[in-house]
Amino acid sequence: MKIAIPVDEKNENSRICVSYGRAPYYMIFDSDSAKVEFVQNTAADSAGGAGIKAAQLLVNHKVNILITERCGQNAADVLIAGNIKIYRATKALVMDNLKAFLQGELEELSDIHPGYHGHKN
Amino acid sequence: MSIFKKKENKTIIAVLSGKGGTGKTLVSVNLACVIPGAVYADCDVEEPNGHLFFKPINLKTKEIGILIPSINEEKCTGCTKCVEFCKFNALAYVGRVMVFEEICHYCGGCTIVCPEKAITEVNLNIGKVVIGDSEGTRIISGFLNVGSVSGVPIIKDIQKQIKEEEHTVIVDCPPGSACAVMESVQSSDYCILVAEPTIFGSHNLDMVYKLVTLFKKPCGVILNKCDGNENPSKEYCIRNNIEIIAEIPYDSELSDINGNGEIAARVSQKYKDIFMNIAEKIPKVK
Repeated sequence: MKIAIPVDEKNENSRICVSYGRAPYYMIFDSDSAKVEFVQNTAADSAGGAGIKAAQLLVNHKVNILITERCGQNAADVLIAGNIKIYRATKALVMDNLKAFLQGELEELSDIHPGYHGHKN
Repeated sequence: MSIFKKKENKTIIAVLSGKGGTGKTLVSVNLACVIPGAVYADCDVEEPNGHLFFKPINLKTKEIGILIPSINEEKCTGCTKCVEFCKFNALAYVGRVMVFEEICHYCGGCTIVCPEKAITEVNLNIGKVVIGDSEGTRIISGFLNVGSVSGVPIIKDIQKQIKEEEHTVIVDCPPGSACAVMESVQSSDYCILVAEPTIFGSHNLDMVYKLVTLFKKPCGVILNKCDGNENPSKEYCIRNNIEIIAEIPYDSELSDINGNGEIAARVSQKYKDIFMNIAEKIPKVK
């Protein structure tokens, strides 16, 4: 099982990034190998549709779980189509969120916001 | 007034402001009324309200649509070339291609890059352009459907119509200084910037003045809602040597006329004179 979390910095001490679609990196934890990798978010500087592109990136990395503070509707559509479950982050640090998830303390994110897109014009 | 009467004197006048509620529609509607043969074109397609004053009749409606991609899943091999091509990120591939219509900029690129010819374009209605008549003034209004994201295709259609008109056209622009405004002012010969007497108003005047300067359009400012107190927008004009065409007073009579959906230049001789004076001050720029 692969768990992705948006992070501000490329290390395990990083805080979780408040923006899912425009986070600079994702920390991806593989529970089978117990290994952590950091993936650059190529969607971060998109003019629009960053959430969609970021979701595509996570689908391509065969992620199963996304832990985030919030998530927009378009991104959620792609994540759900890709069988990625979304859980709500409750801690400031990325590792604390990962531990909380592994201990079954996090809940699925139910309130998907309608997104901040549409400002391109 | 004679300068506006002849066909060869067709002038396209864009009325704009950096923010909403400054009086763009007030100025546009009244100018269109006092200039003989003038056409009123409402490019504020998200909130068109000139038609509420003109109440045009003999309406002709043209539906406006955009072409968005439709995927033939039987032909699609999942190569994701279309997803990689789309710089707006309107496509995703998760076992099948997902299309996000409101993100699509209808460039048609995905249909070209698809090696399987699995993408065709289908029409998506986004609004309409309505043309009518109000006491001899031609009224062109664009309407963007609620929920549709960009009114630019509707404004482009209005601009096509404006080019065909033979008389002076007053273009009521959307507020702000983004794409929809740029689309609206491109064809214009002269720009009227409407500004409020506030610091916020002068900031927005600055934005829109920079925009018309970028497009090399001659312009002048109408200071609206002047109440006799300090006017940061007026100070801005003086500081930057911008012509002030008129100062419209903060007047409850005008507010009442407007609030009742009437046109000041049609029901008040005082305002007819004010707007005729404004019309005379617009330079002939052809």
